[in-house]
Amino acid sequence: MDFTSFEAAHFLVILPEIILVGIAALVMTMDVVQKGESRRMMGYVTALGFLAALLIGIAVAAPSGDPKLLFGGTIRSDMLGFVFRAMFLVAGAVTAVLTSDVKGLGKRGDFFAVLIATVIGMNFMAIATDLIMLYLAMETTSISAYALTGFLLNNDRSAESGLKYFLFGAVTSTVMLFGFSLLYGLTGHTNLYGIAEALSAGNVSFVMLIGIAIMILVGIGFKLSAFPFHFWTPDVYEGAPTPITAFISTASKTAGFIVLLRVFIVALSTSSGVAGWLPLIMAIAAVTTTLGNLVALAQTNIKRLLAYSSIAHAGYTLMAFVAFQQAPEESVSAVTFYLMTYILTNLLAFAVVILFAKVAGSDEIADYAGMSRRSPNLALVMLIAFLSLAGIPPLAGFLGKFFIFKVVMDAGLVWLAIVGALNALVALYYYLVVMKVVYVDPAPEGAPRIPIATPYRIVLAVLTVGVIVLGTAATPFYNWAIAGASSFF
Amino acid sequence: MDFPILSVITFFPGIVGALLFFFPEDNKEQIRWTALLASLVTLVLSVMVYFTYDVDLGGYQMVDRFAWIPAVGINYIVAVDGMSLPMVLLTGIVLTTGVLISWGIDDRPREFFALLFLLAMGVWGVFVAQDMFTLFFFYEVAVFPMYLMIAMWGWKKTREYAAMKLTLFLVVGSLFALIGALAMYAESGLGTFDMFIIQEQAVFSERFQIIWFPFVFVGFIVLAGMFPFHNWSPVGHVAAPTAVSMFHAGVLMKLGAYAALRVGVVLLPEGAKFWMPYIVIAAFINVVYGSLIAMTRKDLKYMIGYSSVSHMGLVVLGLATLNELGLTGAGLQMFSHGAMTALFFSCIGMVYDRAHTRMIPELGGVMKKLPMVGVAFIIGGLVSMGMPLFSGFVAELPIFMGAWRAGVQGPDFIANYYAWIAIISALAIVITAAYIIRAVGSVFFGEIPEKIEADLTPIRWQDRTAIVILVVSLLALGFYPAWMDTVIKTGVDSVMAVLGA
Amino acid sequence: MEFITNNLLPLILFTPLLGLLAVMLVPKERVGHVAFLFSLIPLALALVLWTGYDFAEGGFQYVVNARWYPSVNAGFHLGVDGLSVPMVLLTNLLVPLCILASVKVDRIRGFMALFFILQTGTLGVFLALDLLLFFAFYEVGLVPMYFLINQWGSPKGKRELSRGRVMSARQYASFKFMIYTMAAGLGLLLAIQLMGITQGTFSLPELYETWPTTEATFLNFASASTVKTVAFWAFFVAFAIKVPLFPFHTWLPDAHTEAPTAGSMILAGVLLKLGAYGFLRLVIPLFPEQAGEAAPIIAFLGMLSIVLAAYSAYGQTDFKRLVAYSSVNHMGFVVLGLAVVAWAAGGNAVDPTTAAIAGSGAVIQMFNHGLSAAAMFFLVGVVYERAHTRNLEELGGGIWQYAPIYGGLLIFSSMASLGLPGLNGFVGEFAIVRGAWPVFTLMTALSMLGLLMTGAYVLKGIRKVLHGPINPHWADHNMEINAREVVVMAPLVVLMLIIGVWPMSIAKIINAAIVSIFG
Repeated sequence: MDFTSFEAAHFLVILPEIILVGIAALVMTMDVVQKGESRRMMGYVTALGFLAALLIGIAVAAPSGDPKLLFGGTIRSDMLGFVFRAMFLVAGAVTAVLTSDVKGLGKRGDFFAVLIATVIGMNFMAIATDLIMLYLAMETTSISAYALTGFLLNNDRSAESGLKYFLFGAVTSTVMLFGFSLLYGLTGHTNLYGIAEALSAGNVSFVMLIGIAIMILVGIGFKLSAFPFHFWTPDVYEGAPTPITAFISTASKTAGFIVLLRVFIVALSTSSGVAGWLPLIMAIAAVTTTLGNLVALAQTNIKRLLAYSSIAHAGYTLMAFVAFQQAPEESVSAVTFYLMTYILTNLLAFAVVILFAKVAGSDEIADYAGMSRRSPNLALVMLIAFLSLAGIPPLAGFLGKFFIFKVVMDAGLVWLAIVGALNALVALYYYLVVMKVVYVDPAPEGAPRIPIATPYRIVLAVLTVGVIVLGTAATPFYNWAIAGASSFF
Repeated sequence: MDFPILSVITFFPGIVGALLFFFPEDNKEQIRWTALLASLVTLVLSVMVYFTYDVDLGGYQMVDRFAWIPAVGINYIVAVDGMSLPMVLLTGIVLTTGVLISWGIDDRPREFFALLFLLAMGVWGVFVAQDMFTLFFFYEVAVFPMYLMIAMWGWKKTREYAAMKLTLFLVVGSLFALIGALAMYAESGLGTFDMFIIQEQAVFSERFQIIWFPFVFVGFIVLAGMFPFHNWSPVGHVAAPTAVSMFHAGVLMKLGAYAALRVGVVLLPEGAKFWMPYIVIAAFINVVYGSLIAMTRKDLKYMIGYSSVSHMGLVVLGLATLNELGLTGAGLQMFSHGAMTALFFSCIGMVYDRAHTRMIPELGGVMKKLPMVGVAFIIGGLVSMGMPLFSGFVAELPIFMGAWRAGVQGPDFIANYYAWIAIISALAIVITAAYIIRAVGSVFFGEIPEKIEADLTPIRWQDRTAIVILVVSLLALGFYPAWMDTVIKTGVDSVMAVLGA
Repeated sequence: MEFITNNLLPLILFTPLLGLLAVMLVPKERVGHVAFLFSLIPLALALVLWTGYDFAEGGFQYVVNARWYPSVNAGFHLGVDGLSVPMVLLTNLLVPLCILASVKVDRIRGFMALFFILQTGTLGVFLALDLLLFFAFYEVGLVPMYFLINQWGSPKGKRELSRGRVMSARQYASFKFMIYTMAAGLGLLLAIQLMGITQGTFSLPELYETWPTTEATFLNFASASTVKTVAFWAFFVAFAIKVPLFPFHTWLPDAHTEAPTAGSMILAGVLLKLGAYGFLRLVIPLFPEQAGEAAPIIAFLGMLSIVLAAYSAYGQTDFKRLVAYSSVNHMGFVVLGLAVVAWAAGGNAVDPTTAAIAGSGAVIQMFNHGLSAAAMFFLVGVVYERAHTRNLEELGGGIWQYAPIYGGLLIFSSMASLGLPGLNGFVGEFAIVRGAWPVFTLMTALSMLGLLMTGAYVLKGIRKVLHGPINPHWADHNMEINAREVVVMAPLVVLMLIIGVWPMSIAKIINAAIVSIFG
């Protein structure tokens, strides 16, 4: 592979990110210029900026032909990376709109600028194929995310969760960095493909390789909030401003997965290596799912519930990942598609939580009692979101889970499929409990109806339609996932 | 291209259900009438499907197909055969009568009817699906609305528990069946979920079939209320609002039996043969145990709930015999039991709505005030106790005959006891007669207790219409079985061809 | 007309349902009359059948064979022979009389509707040539009868159950009736299923050919003879309960006593005949060997029925119960006759004339008992309606003075029932005794004890109701029979007399049928 050639046209590949930098600057400028209610525009501008970046990206940055390594091998222009970038952009756009009406955040230009920075970091995570580039991208993402989490400085919970997130993140990323350095030291390469070549020569001992894999897994596991690196998740999710919770639980997790794919499948999947770390990840997948679901049963706060559910969803996605050896393309496409469905669904769920909290001022599940009478439409949207999370057709989550089960069975991992099935059952239980509160329990006397502002309506409608389309007419989306998967190998 | 009648019949209720959500909430009459009209359309369509099917030709007809997600071999394929055709008709009947019966629902009728129609979409979808993915898709669509309907409009005392129990049982069942189906997909190496192709081309080793048959069969049969996975069912019946009980007992339980046959027996025939004696035993326990428990119940709905367990046991028994008679009987029993329990639950609903109790000792003399309900209940009772010239007899006769015959089919460890299974199951029918007679006697005859006398107001025309529709279908099958058994026969023939008999 | 003769049997079978439809639609006060008018249609058709049936030719005529239930190979197969034609006529004759007898019941619409269903069910049994169809109609007749007893039975009686619980007598009786007959039906059904599976058809003419001679091993668990023996006893018990034959008779006194008048009439007049008809139509032709072996037992049970029922009747204080036991007694004679036929069918050496006489006697007795039992139950109903008691002690006698016409009719019917020569009862009983004597001499001799007691209980009944000094208790009651009731009685009286005086009018036909069936 040619690592050195450079053309100006290569900048087109990262044009969306370049545009985002511009948008960030624009928002910062608006922060200074705009006054009063019109400051609300900053959220919409950010959202539109993300969409613009997405559309321009589709027009010019979408990879065509064979995947290429660019910029000295630091990034790889392939369909998989592009699909993930598209997901981050959509998640960013939705988050921006959801934030625009939140007290204390909606009128802060710096908030949106940091949000954009996070997305830029994630986008580079999606395409980075060099340890240094990768680490830079991850740190860009993480540091921005710490800031976003602790953004409400006068809110103790927010500040606490920001700090917690930071401490956990710093430690795990240090461990990962150590792993990276060992990898470089042993192979002499920072490029993932170079590392793969060097490793396949078989000069690195098995124990060393597993040690490195575990160290890297620490860093990525933190991003995924996979067991046993999940402890930060509930507290941070609960304390962070809800739109940020939505963002971290979707985009940040997704970013973790693309790194997982790149590092483990591209660099570390030498035959002896796989035999070492794959069982470990299988176990992590099973435990993560089970633990997330079981602990979620006990939650009384909707954000904590969704936090644990997101842990469980990470576990499901890992289940698809571990099948990559027997069914590589199916595995990667199942991961990709599952993440698509998960992003849309979870954003939808959090959107409802944000709207409800604005009126009720509470995230306790008990306070959702009778919501279906206070706002039938919002309740219906919540129903759709939760059913999709639970994997009920005709919603996105069903197809996502179906493909996971399919690839797990293709790989012959029957026990894992059974674990998944039992988990789906547990998950269905707690989602239904919430829906029971919403639909069956009586509303408190004189509870006000829940107004929904127009931008929110649009977001809700788009996401709802998205969730249904991904559950029914999912063919083009799944084809993208497949295209991504085949470009990856 | 012909009019895609099966796709229309499947998606029309879904579309109606979705549209209903956009209706103004407070115009309840408009919602009800829309629902009624839509259900009548589906009824007409299902009757059309039934009678346009060419019995002489047999096999799968009215096929619609569309490559859904071609990359993994997922197709949308619908077609009917002799086995599913009566079920399609039954669903039309139960939906229409369910809408009629639910006229009195005053709390959020919009959501109620919307969910009912979504449920109907799922049910129809399963009965016509010929692709495993399509089948699972609709199967879960059918399971889910039940939860909300029971939890929201059910009987206050037990609805939350019952709804949850029901949903979890059914979902875990369907997931296990899904795992089994995916195993078939992976093993076959054909890269398709198309059941036609799998049926024709897939070569599954006997060992594979024996291992995976229980996943598929048990996963689905949970929904048919088979022992020992039955106990969600009576609880669910009792808690559900009338129309949902009707749907639940009337069609949903058949969904399980049908899918177990279509995916389990047809695609894994060797597995079916291996497991058959065990299934026969379980079904036999169902039949006897269900009727014994039913006899001890004082709550009418529990009584009918357990009698459903017993009657569905007969369906499973018929399936498990794996011979022509038994399968035909199972098909007939599915229709007969569906219409019968729908009738029972609608009658009980009418009584309960007025008397506010379903306890047999607290009721009496209802016949005097609600003669039509009484007559309908009695007819249901006669069907249930297998009285000749009523549909129950027509359906149960071949099942018992099939059970007799199952003993000759091959050496298995209960081969010498099939005769006893047939005889003792038949005795369960006498138990059924005893509790039905008792219930009829004390609920519909005798003196009206003072407490409920004033409450027994006349029933609506909608209720009457529903009763007439159900009674007519029961009597039609009972008096002249040939209009249905010839149809089912064609379906049975293709199953028998697969079984190599 | 051609339409009628071409479809005579389906028409006979389904025209009662027209009546059902009619009573559902007309206003309540007209129901009785409309029902009566509609019940005349099947009667007319039955007369057409009677005249149209070619008795000289014999065999099954007017055969209809339509598709009914193809997957078990059961058809809508109807046909009549010399055995069923008189039964059809009897049924369709009694139904209008029953309806006329009950135009004053309450909830008349339901009553009449059930009655028409009952009629269809009964006719179906007599017409069916398909085993499954036979069974279907056989069972379905239970339902209306159950409700007639349960709802329109005598409201007063109480019945003590175990642990001191009390339930109304009519509920007890109807429940007992239902459970007895259903339990019997279950055995019958299982046996029918066995036959259907092994022979692959339910068509009676085919089964007559194949079943008695089949030697195949059944399923894989029993030899042909075992299965046939089991099936025979299942059939036997089912029909013995229906007849009813001692010791399966205990449901009958309860059911009869509690049933409304018309119910008792049809029950005794027609429904009991179903049992005996079942023996002739199914049990003996299908299981000749087993029947031949069991014939002595059948004769013995028949004898016990005759004797014990006669003694029981004598001991009754309830007039209706007395008549009910008399039914058991009379049906015992039928069974005695059947035993001879069974003996002969089993291949035992019997003079064919003797067997034919006994068989014909049994059928004639069935017909005659239909007439006289209906008349007797009706007359009990008449007095009950006026006196509101059936207790013989409370009636106390002396009613003849107040009701001379009624008294005349009662004595006439009683005499017919007792078997007075010149009236119909004698004809059948004589033929049976004549036929049975050479075969079951001892049983026949013992039966004569019963015949003796028959005289005793009939006379007891008459004495306690009619005779004796004027009973002042009834002075202010109008005890006399009214015109409508006389109309009900008239055809019965006329027929009793005709058959008594000119037995060949019916015996010739029946004899031909018996000979053609049993050779």
